[in-house]
Amino acid sequence: MAGIAAVPEKVTTAPPRKRRRLLSRIPYLVVGFYLLVALLGPLLIDYDPVHTSLEDRLLPPGSETSTGGTAWFGTDGLGRDVLAQIVHGARTSVLIGVSTVAISCLVGVVLGAVAGYVRGGVDAVLARIFDILLAFPAILLAIVIAGAFERSVLLVVVALSATGWITFARVTRGVALSIRERPWVDAARVLGVPGRAILARHVLPFTAGPIVALATLEFALVVLAEAGLSFLGIGLPPSTVSWGQTIANGKEYLEPQWWISTLPGIALSLLIINVGILGDQLTARYRRGRTD
Amino acid sequence: MIRMIVQRLLIGVFVMWGAASLIFLIVRAAPGDPATVLLGPDADRGRIDELRATLGLDRSLGAQYLSYLGDVSRLDFGESHRLGRPAMDAVLDRLPATIDLTLTATAIAVIVGLTLGLLAGGRPGGPLDRVVSACTIALQSFPTFWIGIMLVLVFALGLRLLPSSGVGTPQHLVLPAVTLSFPFIAIIARLTRTSIAETMREGYVRTARSKGLTERQVLVGHALRNSLIPVVTVVGVQVGALVGGAVIVENVFAWPGLGSLVVDAVANRDYAVVQGVTLLIAGIVVVLNLMADLLIAQLDPRIRTGAV
Repeated sequence: MAGIAAVPEKVTTAPPRKRRRLLSRIPYLVVGFYLLVALLGPLLIDYDPVHTSLEDRLLPPGSETSTGGTAWFGTDGLGRDVLAQIVHGARTSVLIGVSTVAISCLVGVVLGAVAGYVRGGVDAVLARIFDILLAFPAILLAIVIAGAFERSVLLVVVALSATGWITFARVTRGVALSIRERPWVDAARVLGVPGRAILARHVLPFTAGPIVALATLEFALVVLAEAGLSFLGIGLPPSTVSWGQTIANGKEYLEPQWWISTLPGIALSLLIINVGILGDQLTARYRRGRTD
Repeated sequence: MIRMIVQRLLIGVFVMWGAASLIFLIVRAAPGDPATVLLGPDADRGRIDELRATLGLDRSLGAQYLSYLGDVSRLDFGESHRLGRPAMDAVLDRLPATIDLTLTATAIAVIVGLTLGLLAGGRPGGPLDRVVSACTIALQSFPTFWIGIMLVLVFALGLRLLPSSGVGTPQHLVLPAVTLSFPFIAIIARLTRTSIAETMREGYVRTARSKGLTERQVLVGHALRNSLIPVVTVVGVQVGALVGGAVIVENVFAWPGLGSLVVDAVANRDYAVVQGVTLLIAGIVVVLNLMADLLIAQLDPRIRTGAV
């Protein structure tokens, strides 16, 4: 599959190299900025979702609040600062995105590598599990799982991982399938290296490139799905700040208080766009490095 | 061909069994006794036990599973006690609205996506190609529910051109369908672009050019048909994602389809309806994937005759 898909990438002709190199750094900067905000922002900007201030309801961006501060991004229907919600929402999104990708990656790589290397029964069982899970739209399965149990961040991570691991398993399986035929794997086998060690030392390292590229793209999908879930009011406890929830809250005030829904959505879209470009770059780089 | 159909049908039946079992497991593992949920926490012990017996909850898990599978195979998902009617009736009532929405969105996505892909792929690396590729990245990245709200803000509240939610006239369909189509426009455009760019380097395209056809004739007459195969595959494979997107979009626009029904049912622990919707959607996905496979075999004689 990778072989077929790899060819079209060469079709693109590059704009002047220097400009292109500068431009290609932008996604790194933007994503780095988001990570920084997610890590440090909540320490700098205080936000209490339960604390409401009626005097400060629906202030437009840039207004002064009753406590003397400035609401740069305005306030929502309960007088809560929108900028603070965006900053704290960034932490929720990054936390859920990173944990979900980590779990999906671990499960997917282990199962995919074993299935691709051992083949036979394990491989067949895994293929059937793919078939079953892919019959459900990923978001629908997440909605059902997240809706059935007690709301928590962990539940959302589990619900999103339920289908997230599939792509990792597929890609790893593909790489393992092609690597197991290579001479050094045969050599190791002949020398009596145990299967587990061959997998860990001679097969898994080759999955690193595609897995990193995939993890980046998967992170974007997970953050989008998490926002979708919390937009529907499913999964996260109401006390956890998230972009989807803020966007949903702003829906009833759309006119004229457009900022409540609009600004968190811009924050979310910018992150997804940049992570997506980053993922595409990594995918292209990995493919170019391949000889076949 | 017949062998292929039979084989795919068997896999489809297996997948439906797995899907039904998975949903059974999730619903069973969920906390809370369905009888207590139905009667409320204040109901007395005797009535709860009585209802448990009526619902069959006092039987062993294995027996419950078997009778559940039997019911599901007859498309009987039980009674929705919240709606006071068979769950399947409620589900089938909502199905046409979702079909309208997804079909319209698919049509928009295929028409716009193919056009953008043709424009970009005809001259890879050109200015048009770069504009299209920037557009597709954006279209793919916007969260659908947010784009929906933004479209409402501009076209319904700002310009007052279209209704912001609900059903009734064809105008009601425009915003939800356009919202839902966005990510799929991007997917189809990207795919068509790479596929066209590939095809344009084939020998028969060079032949078509050298016999004096215009670039447009070459693109539409020769490159397009052969670029359609991956597009059909993707439309087939993406049906699930499309329905998934519809679940969210329907909730933005208060569109009375399966998506708003299932979110409502999940929030109210109405598991009969949850099972009905999820299994119906899984069934639709399985059938449409099968149809996409057959359509591809029609488009590509090599697959049809098993020559690959």
